[in-house]
Amino acid sequence: MNAGVLPRWVVALAVAGGLFVVLPVVALALRVDWPRFVPLVTSDSARAALLLSLRTSLSATALCVLFGVPMALVLARTAFRGQRLVRSLVLLPLVLPPVVGGIALLYTFGRRGLLGSTLSAAGIDIAFSTAAVVMSQAFVALPFLVLSLEGALRSVGTRYEAVGATLGAGRWTVLRRITLPLVLPALVSGAVLSFARALGEFGATLTFAGSLEGTTRTLPLEVYLQRETDPDAAVALSLILVVVAVAVVGVAHRVRPLAGGAPAPGPARTGGLR
Amino acid sequence: MPSNQGSALALATAVVFLAGACGAGGPDAGDGAVGGAAGEAIGGSITVFAAASLTASFTDLAARFEEAHPDAEVALNFAGSSDLAIQIIEGAPADVLATADAENMGKVRDAGMLTGDPVDFATNTLQLAVPPDNPAGITSLPDAAAPGVKTVVCAGQVPCGAAAAAVEQAAGVDLEPVSEESSVADVLGKVTSGEADAGLVYRTDVRAAAGTVRGIDVPEAAGVVNTYPIAALPDSADAATAEAFVDFVTGTEGQAVLRAAGFGAP
Repeated sequence: MNAGVLPRWVVALAVAGGLFVVLPVVALALRVDWPRFVPLVTSDSARAALLLSLRTSLSATALCVLFGVPMALVLARTAFRGQRLVRSLVLLPLVLPPVVGGIALLYTFGRRGLLGSTLSAAGIDIAFSTAAVVMSQAFVALPFLVLSLEGALRSVGTRYEAVGATLGAGRWTVLRRITLPLVLPALVSGAVLSFARALGEFGATLTFAGSLEGTTRTLPLEVYLQRETDPDAAVALSLILVVVAVAVVGVAHRVRPLAGGAPAPGPARTGGLR
Repeated sequence: MPSNQGSALALATAVVFLAGACGAGGPDAGDGAVGGAAGEAIGGSITVFAAASLTASFTDLAARFEEAHPDAEVALNFAGSSDLAIQIIEGAPADVLATADAENMGKVRDAGMLTGDPVDFATNTLQLAVPPDNPAGITSLPDAAAPGVKTVVCAGQVPCGAAAAAVEQAAGVDLEPVSEESSVADVLGKVTSGEADAGLVYRTDVRAAAGTVRGIDVPEAAGVVNTYPIAALPDSADAATAEAFVDFVTGTEGQAVLRAAGFGAP
């Protein structure tokens, strides 16, 4: 690292900030009861929670990709009235306290919610189901995918797409052969971040889905509950979450540098200068 | 902490208190632990850690205590009892601790952080809470165990869940909950929002949520009693004030407030 170009105090503050983030994780690791670690994290309830978490987070990520890619494309490649407002609203779950998100979901899809009676008429009962967990996770994770993909779409610009179109490629061909391959790294890193956010989801799940082993009690909820009686188990499970999170962030970082790797020439970014 | 809202509350309760004192007449005036003689040492600010189920009662009690001791200030911290115990053991600055069970108070005592013995000051029992329109038509605990009925309880790891399991056993009913929540507030939330048909919560929670839920008595619940202990912590900077608050809660006025909220006598 070449620190020579920066004032020393900037480096000092950066180190302090880094310690602020890393130290608590170290403190957590120091509290782990290592001799009991394996039995603690392989107990029936822990395994059920981990498997449920992985299953629901993958499903939530799939939902995020399914809906998030079109959302990012619409935001980056079209212009319509109120687009800024729409973008802010889409990013709302990012700043909303998750518990509030859970309450909002409850008032929408709950038994007495906005769509509740319609859904139950159709025989769909979401409350207290694994589907409710996936919805909570997708709700909070979606902005991560939309945000990173929209940014990438804007920075690669529309130049290649325009060339493709003049050469006779249809809209679907342009999207499939030019746009998506260009932003694939951002799509992957966005999906990985969404997965990580889904894995850590707690507040919305607790509020909207409840907590039942094997059905709705994901790993964060299990940590929260274990802490009541067995703090050692809670710490051990927390460490598992930390390890998964670090691995996920690592993957996202390896992919990320490529995302903005092909900066398009200025004039092409028409959408970005508003 | 309860400064803004607290002053209005204090004013309101002062009026009630005065009216009560007038009605009760002379002999009662000197009663209670909040005597004038002890008053001179009582001041400064204390922090009271209290179980979540005490939120309404202790907010009221703190206001009344501040009213009785104008130099004293009471800051309140409400959380689940196990959270409070962990916070105190990890060094949170508390002067008084009131938990919803003996076990979590025991954790703090085992950590060598209490000098005296905690005093039991209230009891609580479970009741079945249903939405006001009672969509599943529940009238008893067995109804809540019927197939298709969405019943929510606390998880076995928290005091209200342990109590729920004991009530189930006493009643010979095997509930199949759709969710086992980490706190009684979460159980109540599922019922008030109408997501659940029934939930086992404390009697005081039903009382506090009057209008949004209806309480249904479970006869067997009377035999499963949660006892609330309170203790002053020795490291307290204002030890006299902390002791006075404990005396206030266990004294005549404190007990009256708790009884009005639905708590039982210890």
